[in-house]
Amino acid sequence: MDQNRAPIYEALETFRRMRIVPFDVPGHKHGRGNPELTAFLGERCVSVDVNSMKPLDNLCHPISVIREAEMLAAEAFGAANAFLMVGGTTSSVQSMVLAACKRGDEIILPRNVHRSVINALVLCGAVPVYVNPEVDRRLGISLGMERAQIEKAIREHPKAVAILVNNPTYYGICSDLRAIVKMAHEAGMLCLVDEAHGTHFYFGENLPVSAMAAGADMAAVSMHKSGGSLTQSSLLLTGERVLAGHVRQIINLTQTTSGSYLLMSSLDISRRNLVLRGRETFAQVVQMAEYAREEINDIGGYCAFGRELINGGSVYDFDTTKLSVHTRDIGLAGIEVYDLLRDEYGIQIEFGDIGNILAYLSMGDRKQEVERLVSALTEIRRRYQRDPRDLMSQEYIDPVVVTSPQEAFYAAKKSVPIRDSEGMVCSEFVMCYPPGIPILAPGERVTKAILDYIEYAREKGCSLTGPEDPEIWRLNVLA
Amino acid sequence: MELWFSEYHTPDVQHSIRVNRHLYSGRSACQQIDVFDTPEFGRVLALDGSVMLTERDEFIYDEMVTHVPMAVHPEIHDVLVIGSGDGGVVKELTRYDRVERIDLVEMDPQVIEICRAYLPDNASRLDDERVHISFEDALRFVRRCHKEYDLIIVDSMDPFGPSEGLFTKEFYGNCYHALKSDGILITQQGSLFYRQDAEAMQRSHKRIIETFPISKIYQAHIPTYAAGYWLFGFSSKKYHPIKDLDAKAWRELGLETQYYTPKLHVGSFYLPAFLEQKLREVEGVDEE
Repeated sequence: MDQNRAPIYEALETFRRMRIVPFDVPGHKHGRGNPELTAFLGERCVSVDVNSMKPLDNLCHPISVIREAEMLAAEAFGAANAFLMVGGTTSSVQSMVLAACKRGDEIILPRNVHRSVINALVLCGAVPVYVNPEVDRRLGISLGMERAQIEKAIREHPKAVAILVNNPTYYGICSDLRAIVKMAHEAGMLCLVDEAHGTHFYFGENLPVSAMAAGADMAAVSMHKSGGSLTQSSLLLTGERVLAGHVRQIINLTQTTSGSYLLMSSLDISRRNLVLRGRETFAQVVQMAEYAREEINDIGGYCAFGRELINGGSVYDFDTTKLSVHTRDIGLAGIEVYDLLRDEYGIQIEFGDIGNILAYLSMGDRKQEVERLVSALTEIRRRYQRDPRDLMSQEYIDPVVVTSPQEAFYAAKKSVPIRDSEGMVCSEFVMCYPPGIPILAPGERVTKAILDYIEYAREKGCSLTGPEDPEIWRLNVLA
Repeated sequence: MELWFSEYHTPDVQHSIRVNRHLYSGRSACQQIDVFDTPEFGRVLALDGSVMLTERDEFIYDEMVTHVPMAVHPEIHDVLVIGSGDGGVVKELTRYDRVERIDLVEMDPQVIEICRAYLPDNASRLDDERVHISFEDALRFVRRCHKEYDLIIVDSMDPFGPSEGLFTKEFYGNCYHALKSDGILITQQGSLFYRQDAEAMQRSHKRIIETFPISKIYQAHIPTYAAGYWLFGFSSKKYHPIKDLDAKAWRELGLETQYYTPKLHVGSFYLPAFLEQKLREVEGVDEE
């Protein structure tokens, strides 16, 4: 196929020239009805915020330009099929899980999954089998899935239908994806990959293996992260073993029937850009990240970690575009450095957790901003450094699954003060942002370690979300 | 035929200079560089379409960033100059015998080359043996220095282009650290007349006063800059720009200047009322 083409973008350009009179939705009618919005977003932008129609195809049942764009994307990513998604990678992840599991099925997954995965389990009624990810003691981050752990999970749960892998993790840690795919297939399971942070693996050189190249059956790819498309646009990729028609039906269960052409055209144009220029682009991003790592490690105190973590198992590979920095040795929690960077230096980074920060580098970055980041970190160390001893390290807390997320979510429940909830079964999520990994999921027992962690994260200024009580002083538990 | 070079001082205000000849136009890795020959201002250097200097009025700028700190701090030996690839500031500094070392950090080697070729008088002292030129990002250079300099002069463009990093708190903090315990930092503070410039100026002034114990603003009249005048920041760990001015000692040096005088030195720190008001908004206290 001709990867220079961008069928949705081209159709929109043609549509614009045809000067069609709109007696359909959206009601702003190419922006005329909402001059303030048009002034803010620009006339060109709102004029292509249009509805599905014959020349522009329909996302629910694509047969022309959207279908072509999906086929081009499939070819570009080495997938059998690709689906344009407009509900964020959350919807890609959920469609992937819903396509693989049904009520009562077991699915093997690491605890450090995105909340969208457990939400999908609430929707479909599948039961999680958590594989305990190894934690790097010093950095306090969860690592990848080890082959031995997966073997054990398969042995103990031979009827599980799928294995889900985070690859790479937010921090850039990769598992041995090829081996995991092989193990899954030998056990008759599907291998699903949450590849939200790995779009660039398909286009850059010397980067970890991508899900499709490793033979995975489905992958959720956040085009709007490293791929450069608009926020909320995403791709779901599938392999040969997965029936495309079934996946389409699953997507249509929850996806809007008014897919945004702004999002779809951004996917189309970004795919083309990645194919044509991805290699050089990501070589530059890697170079910039490596430079930043060297400079940050030169400051002293900080540890900007990279490929040296690779150990053949829990860190099988590392995504060198990721710039994660361990901050505990200067006596500051990652979240504190995150706040200082924004409040004192006007620099917004992706997240800070208990012990680390992550600065997201991408195709849009320039050297001069990297210099600012490094200089600000130099200043933060000089001005705010303190004794690291009183910092708690981020421990992995083994979840105790008592019942399926769906059962717990819909069961009869009562609200209790959180400090009195020890030993009870939680019926809602408790998430800590950053990094957005569940501390508690529906159906899990509340333990002392969990309560201590929540208390500590609250004190450090992490944003805690999930429960009905927004302040999280109370928790819903099974009655 | 009429040929004019126009620069937008704001989206709604334009400043135009008639051009005899467009002597050079080229793109470096960092920016667009142009040199014009003009009847009123002589040769004009423009970076990314903004006037950096003109032969006619650049003495004002060079003298004001140099002689003000030199007349206050009697022991300036080690100087760091950031930006200023045209060499004008360096030229003024080399007139002082007590200056032993001038480190010039310029991001863009091509600026220096073009200035050597088209503004030879300005660039004439770049080969002085006290001058050491480094081509790198100033932020990177400064964060490695610790108590090395008596004076840092930041000769940057406006805070919306490639020089944005030189108006940040991290940069001022790194400069503080790079200065000796009685060091002085001279910065660009742009103009306060137009609104968007005023906001940028207030922001950077706030960052400086959070970093240095003494931070004063002074002004000069520069015809080719936005609104016709320009503000500089005098930030210091020890010396006060007026109380510690030693006019007698400076006069005894016998340096000939066209703009700077010790009297004007004092006067330049007295600001118009609207400007004082803007500064009070960020300083939060009414002083003096």
